[in-house]
Amino acid sequence: MNEKIKARVMDSRKIKRVLDRITTEIIERNRDLKNLVIIGIRTRGIYIGKRISKLIKNAENIDIPVGVLDITLYRDDFSELEAQHMVKKTEIDFSVTDKDVLLVDDVLFTGRTIRAAMDSLIDLGRPKTIQLLVLIDRGHRELPIRADYVGKHLPTSRREIVHVKLKEIDDKDEVLITEPSSLK
Amino acid sequence: MSFKHKHLLGIQALSVSDILTIFETAESFLEISAREVKKVPTLRGKTIVNLFFELSTRTRSSFELAAKRLSADIINFGKQTSSVSKGESLKDTVLNLEAMNTDAIIVRHSDAGAPHFISTFCRSHIINAGDGAHEHPTQALLDAFTIKQEKAKFKNLKVVIVGDILHSRVARSNIFLLSKMGAKVVCVGPPAFLPIEFQQFGTQIDYNLDRAIEGADVIMMLRIQLERQQKNSFPSIREYRNIYGLTEERFRKAKKDAIIMHPGPINRGVEISSDLADSLKSMILKQVENGVAVRMAILYLLLGGKDRETSD
Repeated sequence: MNEKIKARVMDSRKIKRVLDRITTEIIERNRDLKNLVIIGIRTRGIYIGKRISKLIKNAENIDIPVGVLDITLYRDDFSELEAQHMVKKTEIDFSVTDKDVLLVDDVLFTGRTIRAAMDSLIDLGRPKTIQLLVLIDRGHRELPIRADYVGKHLPTSRREIVHVKLKEIDDKDEVLITEPSSLK
Repeated sequence: MSFKHKHLLGIQALSVSDILTIFETAESFLEISAREVKKVPTLRGKTIVNLFFELSTRTRSSFELAAKRLSADIINFGKQTSSVSKGESLKDTVLNLEAMNTDAIIVRHSDAGAPHFISTFCRSHIINAGDGAHEHPTQALLDAFTIKQEKAKFKNLKVVIVGDILHSRVARSNIFLLSKMGAKVVCVGPPAFLPIEFQQFGTQIDYNLDRAIEGADVIMMLRIQLERQQKNSFPSIREYRNIYGLTEERFRKAKKDAIIMHPGPINRGVEISSDLADSLKSMILKQVENGVAVRMAILYLLLGGKDRETSD
């Protein structure tokens, strides 16, 4: 399927500035930073989470552990998918019980991923609090979920697709809005 | 994702990429069994039947745990507890079970081909949990998964399978699977248990364990299946042990880092010495542990996604 690029909404400088600002907000809001743990949702949430952990280390000299969450097994559209999603590993080598958990994802859309992530987290333990960080909030929520830290609010139509690219796995840092052109 | 099968009837229908997909999925499921809450909601609302016409503890409970850890509902049917003992035919039994809206039926039967026969008239996913002396695909998959964990790759591994090859569905499924993955399989056993025809599966045949074990990476011992023996097919248990039993002395001829496997249940002191079965080289309990993850992967891959009409 061909996609037409409609807009390039963020580049690496903007992404960096936004993550710096969010880091400050996290430090402000969490008085007890030592109790904070970061859990990145596969795939791009992991890298955003790792960047935040590094920024907190630079600012406050505190090591924040980063875990990896795969939500495939908690999806609510499991029997509607054409084929199964590949299950990947959840890798959280610390306990989340009584921790302030910062859940990190790249794009907040319907909210269903976050619902699945919270169910999954609660099966792993009983966090004291769960906060949500997303780089992009594109609207169209289907569940009563909102993010505590938002990089950028991006009004979109449902047809559009938001691509977050990160240099850890993509060639560069950028955020694009595209639209499937074959549907026209 | 490319796993497109509706049933798991045998290893022969699987491609190398299917097998690797099962391993990769099982790898992710290992972690779930190590959690405090050993359960994910993935197969909530699915109904699975364990239909076991032969006795089994390991396979049946392994499938039961696998289903439960994925939140499916599972019921157990055995020969004694069902109307089969009243003379109901296999087809009628299955049709009656399916009328209760089952999603998958796990079948063990003493007749080769029974799961395949069931799959010809059944809507549910059929999983072969051992049919006669034909195949036992999930056992072979968990064995190979364990080998992969220990040895990382299959290419050029020397795997020696020892025992009653003729009557063993575990051996057949393992021969198919390991050859497919590039391992070198050598079958060893008394001539009565090891027909020369096995060479057509691409395996080597040897009647001398002391010779075959040299340089082996994996030694897979099979149980002497006393319930499947014709009378007089081997002279005595003692003679069998002397010639084909795995002892410390024989094991020393294998590679230094060789591992020992056994599908269980073991006859201590017959096909394997008790000390070796409990040694660090023995993967027997690891195989059981991996069995749950591999079966979770199979249930997930078969039951996940929309119903597929592809048959195999």
